[in-house]
Amino acid sequence: MSVSEMFAALQGALGQDQDIREEIRKVVQTLEQTAREILTLLQGVHQGSGFQNIPKKCQKAHEHFGTVRTQMESLKTKFPADQYYRFHEHWRFVLQRLVFLAAFVVYLESETLVTREAVAEILGIEADRERGFHLDIEDYLSGVLTLASELARLAVNSVTAGDYSRPLRISAFINELDSGFRLLNLKNDSLRKRYDGLKYDVKKIEEVVYDLSIRGLNKEATVGAGGEK
Amino acid sequence: MPSPCGCTGSGGFRKRKHDNFPHGQRREEKENVNPPSALMASFKSFQLELDSRHDKYERLVKLSRDITIESKRTIFLLHRFTSAPNGEEILSESEVKLDAVRRKIKQVAQELIGEDMYQFHRAISPGLQEYVEAVSFQYFIKTRSLISVEEINKQLIFTAEDREETTNMTSNSHDKQPHTWSLKVTPVDYLLGVADLTGELMRLCISSVGNGDIDTPFELSQFLRQIYDGFTFIGNTGPYEVSKKLYTLKQSLAKVENACYTLKVRGSEIPKHMLADVFSTKTELIDQEEGLP
Repeated sequence: MSVSEMFAALQGALGQDQDIREEIRKVVQTLEQTAREILTLLQGVHQGSGFQNIPKKCQKAHEHFGTVRTQMESLKTKFPADQYYRFHEHWRFVLQRLVFLAAFVVYLESETLVTREAVAEILGIEADRERGFHLDIEDYLSGVLTLASELARLAVNSVTAGDYSRPLRISAFINELDSGFRLLNLKNDSLRKRYDGLKYDVKKIEEVVYDLSIRGLNKEATVGAGGEK
Repeated sequence: MPSPCGCTGSGGFRKRKHDNFPHGQRREEKENVNPPSALMASFKSFQLELDSRHDKYERLVKLSRDITIESKRTIFLLHRFTSAPNGEEILSESEVKLDAVRRKIKQVAQELIGEDMYQFHRAISPGLQEYVEAVSFQYFIKTRSLISVEEINKQLIFTAEDREETTNMTSNSHDKQPHTWSLKVTPVDYLLGVADLTGELMRLCISSVGNGDIDTPFELSQFLRQIYDGFTFIGNTGPYEVSKKLYTLKQSLAKVENACYTLKVRGSEIPKHMLADVFSTKTELIDQEEGLP
């Protein structure tokens, strides 16, 4: 084979590669659009009036996740199934965002941390690499870290809205999350950088809890919360 | 700064206040009915998964380094080829060295069994590029042509019985065992390796004149021009690294072309035995020019 033939073949391969990337980019854009819609919807909980109709907002969010699942289906068809990590960068960001949104919804509903399997199911993907388009563990953990900072914000806003029991529950949750992350030996990468931010979220929530407790507000809150449950 | 010590006094809230301690987590775990909660259990499994992934990555980086070093040594060895009288010996020695490199690559392939190669691509890419450079350099010296990416990949198919055989002829993989695994050099790794090859060819060209070899430079300039044309054909379809190498490639080509020019012009005037001197001063000049920016 002559040199020019070889380079022509290589150029063909690179061109195909670019086409695939273009296709992926298109689908990822629609996914980003849906993710923004869900985020806007869920941001409502930070407003004073938003605390009342959390279940309704979650319900709506679940409908949007239906759209996400169909968009994920189409993303899966855009590239060979065994080359996930070759194109990973394209959807990494949006996938982390979606993990966060799913985790937020699940937290609002049940105040528990969503499992990796459950997120995968909500997004219509697999938890294991062996079974196809999957949720990378680092993406899952990044999404969970975003949830932590969102909850720190929620703690502040729920006090403003007069809900004094929620920050205490968030505090317990975040502390458990923090001890969970302490188990991990992270490398010096983006996940590690985001993990370093977790301590500020923990601190923020502790301050809120502190403010409540020196004013005796957490006492009535725990009583109230006990009554609710 | 609200000190946590200040709050312990308010005994009534002690339970909650534990959370304010830096070591609050441990105590909180005790508070739980189920000390190893579901969350902690899943994070333990994440720890395992991440650790094993990082370990594998580190092993691959180490293999890649070894591959790089051995390939570089092979290239240095091959540079001695033109100057030494025992050419055949050097070629066979380089073959032995490359086989050793391929054994390393086989270990890489074994690490990657059942994995997505691209997940660890960044760990092994430098080594593979260096290997492409070494293999294509050897191939050029032997055949005066460019090795294809298929040809390279053909040598990177490994079979299980290689392990028993001490003579690792990795290329004869076609027969018997279902236990074969392979590593594919990606087109981009190949391109980057070939771009590095051109630098070696430039060095070969300059040194070959030093040995009084007048034909090799012309052959090389021809060959380099073909590769350069190939790279310009790819242009910016390729990734960023490829276009970056294109600049260095252009410089190498210019050096070789200038060398050929000098040979042509001066060659007719200067007696053959002095040619080497004239030429080496000329190349020094080029090197100085290049050192400036």
